[in-house]
Amino acid sequence: MRIKTTVATAALAATLMGTAASAETLRYAFQGTLNQLDPYTLNETFTLGSHGNVYEGLTRRAPDLTIEPALAESWEVVEPNRWRFHLRKGVKFHNGNDFTADDVVFSAERVRSEGSDLTSRIGADVKVEKVDDHTVDFILPGPNPILHYEWDTWYIMDKEWTEANNAVKVTSASDTTPNHAALNANGTGSFKVVSHEAGVKTVFEKNENWWDKPKGNIDRVEFTPIGSDATRVAALLSGELDMVYPIPVQDIKRVNDNAGTKALTGPELRTIFLGFDQKRDELLYSSVKGKNPFKDVRVRKAFYQAIDINAISDKVMRGLSTPSALLISPFQYSRSDEFERYPYDPEAAKALLAEAGYGDGFSVGMDCPNDRYVNDEAICQAVASFLARVGIKVDLNAQPKAQYFAKVLASNGYDTSFYLLGWTPGSFDSWNVLHNITGCRDDKGKGGPFNLGGYCNPKVDELSAQILVENDPVKRDELIAQAFTIIHDDVSHIPLHQQGLAWGVSDKVEVAQRADNQFHFRWVVKN
Amino acid sequence: MLAFTIRRLVQAILVMLVVALISFTLFRFVGDPVNQMVGVETTPEQREALRERLGLNDPMLTQFGRFIINAAQFDFGTSYQFRQPVAELIGRRLPATLELSIVSAIFALFVGIPMGVYTGLHRDSILSKLFLSISLIGISLPTFFIGILLIFLFSVTLQWLPSFGRGDVVQLGWWSTGLLTWGGIKALILPAITLGLFQMTLIMRLVRSEMLEVIRTDYIKFARARGLRQRSVNFRHALKNTLVPVITITGLQLGSIIAFAIITETVFQWPGMGLLFLQSVQNVDIPIMAAYLMLIAFLFVTINLIVDLLYFQVDPRLRAERATH
Amino acid sequence: MPIATGEEAKEPVPAGPVPRGMLARILDSDILHSFLRSKVTIASAIVTLVFFIGAAFAPWIAPHNPFDLASISILDARVPPIGMDYHDPRFLLGTDDQGRDVFSGILYGARISLAVGFLSVLFAGVVGVLLGLIAGYVGGKVDAIIMRIAEVQLTFPAILIALLVDGVARALFGNLDRERFAFWILVFSIALSFWVQFARTVRGSTLVERNKEYVQAARLIGIPPFLIMVRHVLPNVIGPVLVIATINLGLAIITEATLSFLGVGIPPTQPSLGTLVRIGNDFLFSGEWWIAMFPGCALAVLVLAVNLLGDWLRDALNPKLR
Repeated sequence: MRIKTTVATAALAATLMGTAASAETLRYAFQGTLNQLDPYTLNETFTLGSHGNVYEGLTRRAPDLTIEPALAESWEVVEPNRWRFHLRKGVKFHNGNDFTADDVVFSAERVRSEGSDLTSRIGADVKVEKVDDHTVDFILPGPNPILHYEWDTWYIMDKEWTEANNAVKVTSASDTTPNHAALNANGTGSFKVVSHEAGVKTVFEKNENWWDKPKGNIDRVEFTPIGSDATRVAALLSGELDMVYPIPVQDIKRVNDNAGTKALTGPELRTIFLGFDQKRDELLYSSVKGKNPFKDVRVRKAFYQAIDINAISDKVMRGLSTPSALLISPFQYSRSDEFERYPYDPEAAKALLAEAGYGDGFSVGMDCPNDRYVNDEAICQAVASFLARVGIKVDLNAQPKAQYFAKVLASNGYDTSFYLLGWTPGSFDSWNVLHNITGCRDDKGKGGPFNLGGYCNPKVDELSAQILVENDPVKRDELIAQAFTIIHDDVSHIPLHQQGLAWGVSDKVEVAQRADNQFHFRWVVKN
Repeated sequence: MLAFTIRRLVQAILVMLVVALISFTLFRFVGDPVNQMVGVETTPEQREALRERLGLNDPMLTQFGRFIINAAQFDFGTSYQFRQPVAELIGRRLPATLELSIVSAIFALFVGIPMGVYTGLHRDSILSKLFLSISLIGISLPTFFIGILLIFLFSVTLQWLPSFGRGDVVQLGWWSTGLLTWGGIKALILPAITLGLFQMTLIMRLVRSEMLEVIRTDYIKFARARGLRQRSVNFRHALKNTLVPVITITGLQLGSIIAFAIITETVFQWPGMGLLFLQSVQNVDIPIMAAYLMLIAFLFVTINLIVDLLYFQVDPRLRAERATH
Repeated sequence: MPIATGEEAKEPVPAGPVPRGMLARILDSDILHSFLRSKVTIASAIVTLVFFIGAAFAPWIAPHNPFDLASISILDARVPPIGMDYHDPRFLLGTDDQGRDVFSGILYGARISLAVGFLSVLFAGVVGVLLGLIAGYVGGKVDAIIMRIAEVQLTFPAILIALLVDGVARALFGNLDRERFAFWILVFSIALSFWVQFARTVRGSTLVERNKEYVQAARLIGIPPFLIMVRHVLPNVIGPVLVIATINLGLAIITEATLSFLGVGIPPTQPSLGTLVRIGNDFLFSGEWWIAMFPGCALAVLVLAVNLLGDWLRDALNPKLR
């Protein structure tokens, strides 16, 4: 159960380790806000990454994303259904409390309680038992080779502190009084929160009593959210900030050309793809009435071949994307290179459409977010322009993510005919994709909740069920390959690319860029 | 007078109620707040339960009643995205917006009035034409574009002024001010100019046209005939007469400056109410949106009320008007 | 974006000269004379006219159709304007990030900007003048109600109104042909925030006019109130209304641009001038200045010309300045 990983582009200046002569302050900005400090309220990359500087899980991930021991020194599968974690001794929370097995048991309950957004970290039917002060057992209903894959973001909270501050219940939006844990933090991590004003500024300070040695030399961190792309880039170029992310792809050159700043780019794990409504008998938004053209694999393949992915990569993404044949990043599935995209061929696309009886083309409404993924709206516009050339008229409905997700997700009955979506499997594993994106679903979303178009092939579901419990990595990869082959043949979706990460960094600092786009202070070196 | 005041007060309260109703009902349509409050992994059942707990399933009228009663006690609920009381959040952001708005209003007045006076007195001079043309840029380009151009010039190219935020802020009780530190003042310059440019143009043009008219009135001609010095006539007599409408307009415009700060605050990442509001719109954070609208409405209604009452005192025509009913 | 003009400040405006027909006033040699005397005004008029013609005949003048997705190619994206390295003779002012010709984009964009401006001012003017006349003439409760509505209206600047209207419209109509739809949302929300100014000005003048002897006399001999308003009061308030309309036209175009920054403007597949600037905004730092600067200059020149015309009109129609 090794996962293939990538080494982030940024190297660390090993020579500078531990030479913290003067107090170094890191000033950085991100596009979005850090809304609250309670580690269980929002399952979102940036929030989890920020919390990861203050809190720690039983495991953690290195810059190349390999799983490392953190609050657990080691773990073993004592019986197929029983995992034992040996906890690190001598670890203290920021307020001085000792870290013990009670905290783990408590956190396991809290993360699964009502109001938590991370309930999937530990299944509801998993039993958590304290063996002694520094040993905890997890008893599973069945084998699960990827149990701890997402535990680097299941952060351990201090039982005593949380109870004393009346914050056992996860902050709920219906609460009228603010929850202590939402405004304050008490973790074991390498940094402490000094002050936090949501949406304005958050200040962190080095935790001198951290159990591990930080690889960087930062003593203080000031975080500001800057929503406007131009302002964020300007703040870096003018030297006001040491690091900003993300930077728009068009500004990478400018940031590199500017004296004193550079752009760090690398592949991200998120895959961007297009999906079709294949469930309804008539599309909600289309000129075709009485039938659903997307039920015909030839139409789906025609759409696929009409799109020039290399032009999108060159012109829209400016080279900062990797065209993909699969719905998962090659870094997360070792046999990705066996798959190839259907070639760009507008003539073949026209022929396929004619063969399917749509020689004159048709119109279809397309849903697209405009502030969620890198250049999402521009990608949709380019897709619309490519499809126009094979006779498909796309009515583009690009909206901010709030309205977009409200429209297309299960809660609104999957109100879409043709859409663009991005997906990162949180577990770094193919099963997550096979379940969420291509698993058969009912109208309410039971099955594959993010299979917006309702693609369904029982053979894929069958394979997916086997993959979930298969412990042998080689056999497992073979099953996954079979499932992905069916999906590719069915053209269930049109995978577009893995978008790239682009961070803007001052020449004075060196950072570790993780492919999951999390930013950790403990690796930052400022000269 | 008392009857008039009471009538206007009742009307003001009615206006506030209508605004409350509008902001309340309209925002119900903007999007599903539950989608914003939870991550992607939350099941439909959990979403439904949350909706129930938030009272989003209650009848509209019940929800509105609850909203009004709480609003009257300055309780606008808890922000969906920050999970903090809205009144507290807005209270913390208020100083930033007020400082920005007032400074840009002062900028608009102190630059706009002299330019208006000059262009009014020297109607056909080259400099007047130049002032008029330059000032027109203030209403010929969208605010966001002016802001970006200023950042490009003064922050990125010249590196004189900060491109975002408030700089160093000093806390005076609950009020946070950037006016006491050099860094704070520097951070204020670009946003204040961006925001004030539009009002400056208005004031300049208003002063100019007032001056043009006043100068032609009999008593100014008389003052001139009496042999008073030109400067004295211009400033003691003419300007004084133009100032009343100018001040009134600036007062009335203050509310719209605060509302317009939404754009400026977004461009400069100024941590004020406008930025908070726009973030809330993007995240469908209804409690913040509703509270913000109520606050803006309250400001407008109050200013309007004061202006009306003053006019009633000052302008005899209005009183005569009422008497004819 | 309530704009304060001199007219509003002096409400109620003192009576103008003896009522005269609109046409007669325009043809008045004074006005014609003042027009011909001012070079700036003539230049503004020419610029405005050029924009009108360019916008009206865009499909025939423009070398490309930026709205036709099948004719644009992403491979042509971000070509610099003629005169720079790597330019393409097909694209006079370069192309934007989608490969659309910037020059054609400006022509088509001006079309949309002017249409939004005109329709919203027309709508605001008609509603505002009617309500102002009624409020001023009828007075009493009707007046109070209309003016209170105006006050609620003033409470919400155009930006907020557009955000609200857009939200409601999206919810009510969903995805139904959103492109044509966004246009009307804009027109409606801008008009909604502009009518107040017309109404207030007209009401002010009407209040004064109403108590004049000739109106009293007309009322005594039994002429219906509506006719009195239209025949006797309206001609007197047309001057300020025209000035407000011109200034608001410029303002409406700018407001539309600002709204596109907030994401409630015209969809980027059929961009207005403001949307073009907003799109180009993202490319300012990366050296592709032409995407924002050309539409930005076009926008500024157009609005400037309209404003200068408004200025001249105000001065020309103000009897006290003659």
